[in-house]
Amino acid sequence: MSLFFQGALEALRLLATGDPEVWQITLLSLQISGSATLLSLVIGIPLGTLLALARFPGRALAVSLVNTGMGLPPVVVGLVVTILLWRGGALGFLEMLYTPPAMVLAQMVIAAPIVTGLTLAAVQQVPAQFRLQMLALGASRPQMVGALLREARLPMLAAVMAGFGGVISEVGASLMVGGNIRGSTRVLTTATVLETSKGSFDVAIALSVILLLLTFLVNWALTWVQQRTRG
Amino acid sequence: MAALAWGVRALAGGILLAAALLPGLVGQGAAGATTVILATTTSLQDSGLLDVLVPLFEKRSGHTVKSIAVGTGQALALASRGEADVVLAHAPALEKKYEAEGLLLRRRLVMANDFVLVGPEGDPAGIRGLASAIEAMKRIAAARARFVSRGDRSGTHALEIALWKEAGVEPRGPWYIESGQGMAQTLGIARERGAYTLADRATHVALRQRVAPPVLVEGDRRLLNLYSVLEVSPGAGPRVNAAGGRAFADFMLAPEAQAVIRAFGADRHGHPLFMPAAGKPEAEARP
Repeated sequence: MSLFFQGALEALRLLATGDPEVWQITLLSLQISGSATLLSLVIGIPLGTLLALARFPGRALAVSLVNTGMGLPPVVVGLVVTILLWRGGALGFLEMLYTPPAMVLAQMVIAAPIVTGLTLAAVQQVPAQFRLQMLALGASRPQMVGALLREARLPMLAAVMAGFGGVISEVGASLMVGGNIRGSTRVLTTATVLETSKGSFDVAIALSVILLLLTFLVNWALTWVQQRTRG
Repeated sequence: MAALAWGVRALAGGILLAAALLPGLVGQGAAGATTVILATTTSLQDSGLLDVLVPLFEKRSGHTVKSIAVGTGQALALASRGEADVVLAHAPALEKKYEAEGLLLRRRLVMANDFVLVGPEGDPAGIRGLASAIEAMKRIAAARARFVSRGDRSGTHALEIALWKEAGVEPRGPWYIESGQGMAQTLGIARERGAYTLADRATHVALRQRVAPPVLVEGDRRLLNLYSVLEVSPGAGPRVNAAGGRAFADFMLAPEAQAVIRAFGADRHGHPLFMPAAGKPEAEARP
């Protein structure tokens, strides 16, 4: 128990003294997972809306695939992205492996199905009459979709939180694709793994506390936006 | 109308934010011609040696190093596919195999220390102080005393397999635990389960106050731990930075790096963790 206490104290000390390495790792985590979440929104919101509204053969299969993707194991994503980015792989010419953009790519693949699936659910829970009413009132189709998304914005903010929560806490893919390189691709989760394997349990706990704090702050901000815009 | 604008604004904002965040990351990660990928064993990262040597090399050479710390088996496999430019490993037999295949080049000895057999204070198999590691392995198997294996094709695992083979033991049964994890975690498991295990000296010394069980057998010639550097052949795969790999290998053998290795760990642990061995024949490298 005292170890947890020590770790929490260590976390406070590292943050308060402005330890440059810890701050760099924390900001990098936020930057990588933030970019990945934003990119996954760019893919997931249109795709989820489309799946919710369009009717086409194979739609049920597509929805099942998205729902399966919501539980995509990060290590599998990490392995596939690593092999694609290998020098000898299909995307090797990009020379992107072991760089932050590679981590953004992997995390985006993890978050996109989560955002797509939750957007799909959010748009579908808006009653069908709403859509018909909008069209009856003379709204164009894009206007109707816009109104629909506005109607579904609260559950969609939950999609953002779930997507961000999924990638900021993820370790397998980040470790494989990023390589946990000091000062370049070391993020809070991979640094925690490393400090544990070094036996520096107090630092590992401190990093965990910072990770929890960061996740809390981001979700708190998003919740604030969500609750403010209600009604 | 306002609704549509909201949706468009949200999306545009997302794209703009992503565009604002990404360049910082891309700039940071841009891989120029002078990026060297070093595949290395975990013990060098966990002991902290790389954190000293890599920045020094970057300062001296201008190259940027990406060091990927994995088990020796994986490090050699990655390097032999051309997915790294230079490799630091400690599994001589495996290294020589890749060198013979022409995928890795110019295997050169960098440093040495030794492996130790550690185990519970009570020593149920009675191996404490034995001069022969083989005898110790035989006794552990005969007593069916718990033994934790790395089970991950690391250099340590390779030596463990060789020791079992020489002892004529096929390790199998409930007493034989395969952790599949790094040295530090494996030492932790050995301590928690009251088991024996084989460990490299550097990791054991670095962890001995916290999680490592005591040393019971040491000093056998078979427990020598040789770290070598190998360059990756340009023929191993596309885009191999052979010149960068060569520069790192040469740096590891140069007097400056060898001096750093000689001193490393003395301040924190009371004695050095590695013995420099550049230019020495294998038979003379002694911890």
